Amino acid sequence: MAEENLISVKELTKTYTTGNVQVHALRAVSFVINKGDFVAIMGSSGSGKSTFMNILGCLDSPTSGDYLMEGIDILNRSKNELATLRNNKLGFVFQSFNLLPRTSALENVELPLLYNNKVHAQTRREAAIAALTSVGLADRINAMPNELSGGQQQRVAIARALVNEPLIIMADEPTGNLDSRTSYEIMEIFQKLNDKGITIVMVTHEPDIALFAKTNIVFKDGKIIAHKIVKDRLIAREELKKLVVITEETVAV
Amino acid sequence: MRLFNLFKVAYRSLMRNKLRSFLTMLGIIIGVASVIAMLAIGQGSNENIKASVASLGTNSIYIFPGSSAMGGVSQGAGSHQTLRLEDVAAIAANCDLVNHVSPVDQKRIQAVYGAQNWNTLLVGVQNDYMLIRSLGIVQGNSFTESDDRAAAKVCVVGKTVVLNLFGTDNINPVGEFIRVNSIPMKIIGVLAKLGQNTFGQDQDDIIIAPFSTVQKRMMSSSMFVNSILASCKLESQSPDAVDEISSLLREKHKIAPSDDNDFTVRTSSEVSNIFGAISKVMTILLASIAGISLLVGGIGIMNIMLVSVTERTREIGIRMAIGAKGRDVLIQFMIESIVISFVGGLIGVVLGIVVSGLVAHFGGWPVVITVSSVLLSFLFSAAVGLFFGWYPARKAAALNPIEALRYE
Repeated sequence: MAEENLISVKELTKTYTTGNVQVHALRAVSFVINKGDFVAIMGSSGSGKSTFMNILGCLDSPTSGDYLMEGIDILNRSKNELATLRNNKLGFVFQSFNLLPRTSALENVELPLLYNNKVHAQTRREAAIAALTSVGLADRINAMPNELSGGQQQRVAIARALVNEPLIIMADEPTGNLDSRTSYEIMEIFQKLNDKGITIVMVTHEPDIALFAKTNIVFKDGKIIAHKIVKDRLIAREELKKLVVITEETVAV
Repeated sequence: MRLFNLFKVAYRSLMRNKLRSFLTMLGIIIGVASVIAMLAIGQGSNENIKASVASLGTNSIYIFPGSSAMGGVSQGAGSHQTLRLEDVAAIAANCDLVNHVSPVDQKRIQAVYGAQNWNTLLVGVQNDYMLIRSLGIVQGNSFTESDDRAAAKVCVVGKTVVLNLFGTDNINPVGEFIRVNSIPMKIIGVLAKLGQNTFGQDQDDIIIAPFSTVQKRMMSSSMFVNSILASCKLESQSPDAVDEISSLLREKHKIAPSDDNDFTVRTSSEVSNIFGAISKVMTILLASIAGISLLVGGIGIMNIMLVSVTERTREIGIRMAIGAKGRDVLIQFMIESIVISFVGGLIGVVLGIVVSGLVAHFGGWPVVITVSSVLLSFLFSAAVGLFFGWYPARKAAALNPIEALRYE
């Protein structure tokens, strides 16, 4: 299978200077993400995984190194170019959902398209409804974030990440604020999107969630210390079925 | 397209905080409304002054005794008596442009009728005065030239004097005798009601008597005239009439060409300009106080927008992460503050017009709303929004998306 390099980073280094102390968040990280991959990035706090994620997400720039996306150099781009890139090619999902308060699910999902002047109002609305439908919230399009459960809010956030048909979805601890059942539901959506060909990069510190991905990498002290293909990959749909069985057994006892 | 989208974004943000948006707007609303109301009231009083000066006759000419200098110390206007009755006669005889002229002497006196007494203004004039001032007689008659020549003890009274001496103004006092400074005078006529003038002076609180009567019987000096009131045939001729009178009086007073006049000639339009200037100063004063409140309203906008930027740091981070450029955020915040000041300005214009209307209706104060005052305050409020929205908007646009997202 000839896999296409979607993202390739070489010798990525990031150094923060706080006062006189230099913090090496990333030390010469080289890595390749193929199109259609589902990568879980693990590591303890301060290991550099969030910095790595921010750089991949074009929110931050490295101190040195190379970053190619679809073979195009991403570094040395202006802030505005990066913003356009994020708008067109990337989707973000955050741990704390980050929906706009007092704004309906539909308007939240429409948001990325409002910053893309090629999209017309009618298309925008249709695309937003389609994205909400694909995460199973077709009946809640006018709900405000505070009327939705955590899982539902995260699904709105995923719909928002999806609406611009991105190449990559960047998920920063997407299940960090959710219980295991809802986490599995989110993973189910991710796996479905991944099957459709969307590359997913996900930071997580939960080993069981990482097992839903195709590839796991582990960060420690600003370096990748492990890089492995997941052998016994969990399929979220089946895990959910098992959960249903367990719940029923508990009730029966 | 893109600007329209940002408008939509800004509109949604404003609607998310309706109460706050409205309270911010309130500063601008009050500012604009007060500027408009103040200008309307000022403008109204200006027009009113002009109208009431015009009611004295737009073609009137006032002649006062001029300033005199004693040993180099100027004594100010009217400090020296220089006008004589012969001057009045000379003006009447020689000035072609002047159609009426009358000497005017006035003093405050105590008028007595039976047990009632009343302090009022006694004006001694010749018959022409009635024509210059367009005074009407409702009961009885005015005095004649022969009354003046004979210094007859007759007078014409205003309604207020009738009310205060006779207890009611529904009475015909013609033929009654009143005592003015112990001299009995026969009332031969009652003046038509004039009401108050702009300065709150009751124009009906007056007794008019023949000039010679007042001069010979009431005044200590019989040589001089307090002032002279004249009128020219047409208002447009009044500058020429002034020149005519000046050269005549200079000649009569034997003033050398190098010396200044010992009298002052003013036309009613000059007088109206003086009062107009006073009222203009008042208007500017009122409007600048109101303008300060508009400025405070603008600072209110900046304050709220700054708070809003801090409070919405996370929101700005989200917007930037999903593709908003710094410029998009800048424009969004600018639009928010401009919309606040623009809508506030519109409401303020309406409120200002309503307030002016209420002042006119309940205060009985004349108001004039001019298009320029509405435009001025409206544009000023929009500028305030632009100016005070800029700094918070730039602050928002300069945020780093990672830090903004991490902001708690």
